[in-house]
Amino acid sequence: MSEWLQDVKDLTLKGQIKVPYTWSVGEVGSRFLVALRDEKKIIGNRCKNCSTVYVPPRKNCGRCFKDIDEWVELGSKGIVTAYTIVRYDYPLQPTKAPFAYAIIKLDGADVGFVHIIKEGLDKLKMGTRVRASFKEDRKGNILDIDSFTII
Amino acid sequence: MDKIAIVGASQTKYERRKKGEIFYDMIYEVTTKAMEDADYTLEDIDNVITVSNDFLDGRTISCMAVQEAAGAHDKNVSTIEGDGAFGAFYGAMRVLGGFGTTLVVAHSKGSEGDPKIITNAMFDPIYHRLLGLDAISSSALQASVYMERYGITEQQCALVSVKNHKNAKNNPYAQLPMDITVDDVMRSKKIADPIKLLDCSPISDGAAAIIIANEKRAKKARTKPIWIKGVAHCSDAYFLGDRDLADPISLKDASKKAYAMAGIKDPMSEIDVVELYDAFTYMEPLWLEGMGICDAGQGGQLIEKGITVMDGKLPVNPSGGVLSAHPVLVAGLVRIIEAALQIRGEAGDHQIKGAKTALAHGINGPCGQSHCVWILGSK
Amino acid sequence: MARRVAIVGTGQTYHKSHRLDVNGRELINEAVTRALADCELSIADIDAIIIGNMDHFESINYVDTWSVEGSGGYMKPIMKVTTGGTTGSSVAIAGYYHVASGLFDKVLAIGWEKNSESDTTAAIVTCSDPIWDRFSYSGAIPSLATEASAYMEQYGATQEDAARVAVRERTHALNNPYAQMYNRPITIKDVMESPMLAYPIKLLDVCPRTDGACAVVFAAEGVAEKIAVRPAWVKSCSVRHTTTWFGDVDYNTGMLSLKRASKEAFEKAGIKDPVEEIDVAELYLPYSYAGLKWIEAIGFCGPGEGPKFIWDGNTDMGGKLPINPSGGVMCTNCIGATALLRVAEAAIQIMGKGEARQVPDVTNAMATGFGGCWWSDVVILGKDKPN
Ligand SMILES: [Zn+2]
Repeated sequence: MSEWLQDVKDLTLKGQIKVPYTWSVGEVGSRFLVALRDEKKIIGNRCKNCSTVYVPPRKNCGRCFKDIDEWVELGSKGIVTAYTIVRYDYPLQPTKAPFAYAIIKLDGADVGFVHIIKEGLDKLKMGTRVRASFKEDRKGNILDIDSFTII
Repeated sequence: MDKIAIVGASQTKYERRKKGEIFYDMIYEVTTKAMEDADYTLEDIDNVITVSNDFLDGRTISCMAVQEAAGAHDKNVSTIEGDGAFGAFYGAMRVLGGFGTTLVVAHSKGSEGDPKIITNAMFDPIYHRLLGLDAISSSALQASVYMERYGITEQQCALVSVKNHKNAKNNPYAQLPMDITVDDVMRSKKIADPIKLLDCSPISDGAAAIIIANEKRAKKARTKPIWIKGVAHCSDAYFLGDRDLADPISLKDASKKAYAMAGIKDPMSEIDVVELYDAFTYMEPLWLEGMGICDAGQGGQLIEKGITVMDGKLPVNPSGGVLSAHPVLVAGLVRIIEAALQIRGEAGDHQIKGAKTALAHGINGPCGQSHCVWILGSK
Repeated sequence: MARRVAIVGTGQTYHKSHRLDVNGRELINEAVTRALADCELSIADIDAIIIGNMDHFESINYVDTWSVEGSGGYMKPIMKVTTGGTTGSSVAIAGYYHVASGLFDKVLAIGWEKNSESDTTAAIVTCSDPIWDRFSYSGAIPSLATEASAYMEQYGATQEDAARVAVRERTHALNNPYAQMYNRPITIKDVMESPMLAYPIKLLDVCPRTDGACAVVFAAEGVAEKIAVRPAWVKSCSVRHTTTWFGDVDYNTGMLSLKRASKEAFEKAGIKDPVEEIDVAELYLPYSYAGLKWIEAIGFCGPGEGPKFIWDGNTDMGGKLPINPSGGVMCTNCIGATALLRVAEAAIQIMGKGEARQVPDVTNAMATGFGGCWWSDVVILGKDKPN
């Protein structure tokens, strides 16, 4: 960088990529989100080949590379297998810090489910049992589960 | 595998914000310097691989910004979107596949975008993105599983920060050379438990380039050729909940393949120096475990025992690592460059004496989902 | 030594403007499953994967890692190639080099796009330089219109000439059930009467937006012959992505990147007289005027001779050099897959799997990709093993 630029007021250009998106959820994902929205239920599905119960459910098992067609209704409770208490606020986040992200092994599932925990953060540990608490006004997205609460 | 070598390398200084250079300028700088390093002219460059990311650059077809700056005018060229270690691997394949030489360049300016929004876009729009996850919070989840499983302490992780920032003092390109203590790290601002400010890599601007050549063309270069002995990459599952975040199985797989290619049986004793992708402190011990440098859960002790410091048995990140400069995408290519410089004996004040075999490493995706492992050698 | 490489299998989705029934990963999975079925391999046989699309069409960062469940990339080497419109051909060429390197025997190359998920033009305008070009660049159509009007001025080509190309593509698509515009024939009158978008380009002169995916399996010599009865050998690949700024493109000298890439690809493939030696071409023609001008750049005819070459029927099915038996880009344009579809369709022609769209006795087939700042990729495939 040459000397003269040191004394020049920064020339910058501000911009944003403004593209609206409409993501297709797909048939399998729709069933999951409709169950959340209409029945306050969390459903997964089981790969016949390796018996893994997935949540969120998948059209195909990524490991066996076979389609999945068996639905499984999961409880709304589970245990925390990973967590972090987030200390910073950011507009992308669904709630104010501090809150926790957690990976929750729901009863009956074989993989973890990622969501947030808002209350009782000082009691949060690996293995803590939690329960999904649903929003009153549900729209058919992952935030129809407001958060998980410590049991 | 035919013999191919790294014959030219260059990097910019990494800075929080480069005011004077646009992408084009940074790439022109490293392209020119890499050719000077090899004593090549543009005619000696058979083809070019650029590395860029449309999210980072705020630009669709981000590679468009740097084609001519990379000397790709009227040449065969392609672009890898992902870490530079992967881009360099494609560059190597193109030498094995018929070109005499490949120039690989990577650039990024963390200063120009919003890293939280950009890394939030790694997460699935249907299931995870609305939760607001980003690189820091997802990595914190991984750190929590790993540290809990094996009793890795925050102090052990802090030692990585102390070591790497200290190493950076000997690297003129590093952004964050610092004398800090474990206490400083422990007392630094909490970001997402167990990750604190000094556990994190910085936001950086910079670029890097290497030239890969086949055996015949390597003879034309001024530099001592650094041979690519082994290289492999592998991806784990995507959903965080599908993975065992404390068990980097894709890194294990890539390492195993790279070692087999290079004829390495005992990495701890056969590798002289490691440059790995430590975006956060916990990654250093975890990746070392994945690389088979130590057993699962032993990474913390490895660091505590001083094995990875400059004069330890296996120095890790003598350059200061990603913790001391994190130009995203460029960072994996920098690991390769640093590994090559060590074997050349041209690493300056952060030279590891007598380094003959080095490991370099890059990652893609959330929490090191995908890994690329390189083994470089003097012969 | 570089190994010889062949395409041994291809798969594609039934392309539609909107595939609301699947998400991106599931769309990818359809193409992958079909490609594997085509060559009777399982995912376990695949040694590495390359995937490509354009980030801002779906807003997925790190598509390689996001997609592994659909692509089959779990515990496999996977990387992402993205070069804009040329993405698909760049992915194919990456597939070629993965195998040619000697490191991988069987490699899967995937291109995909769900253009229904975003505003294509809003995303594409951001390919222009934010400081110098973005304020004036209003997307692909005006940019192409500039080229078209320059070509008309230079050689006296007409809007009807271009319409003839549009009609050919839709006519050919009658034979391709995968095409988005399958069974939707048009006439020159339809094209001429369609709404003007940017002079001289009208609605029916341009490609649609598509949801779709394509997958191609590449295999090494020694392996390929065992997988496919008639592998499509890669004879050469050549790429020119030269220009950085739109203002640097010279519209009057012809399509320079395509001219240079074609010349190099023909030389490498040992092709001296392309119009005689190429039996079928799948060209990335995003709009009708390209069907006149760009075939000149390739060297199928001389400068300004494009319209006559087209009107004479040379490029129709049954002609001397059928172009786009699939219906081409103007009938299907899932952008990250578009150029890979050209390579896949060229391979289908060599392998003799084109069914209703098959051109008889194909020895050499050509595929191209177009994108970025007037960039070109060329791939030549052959029935016979290259020297
Ligand atoms: Zn399974």
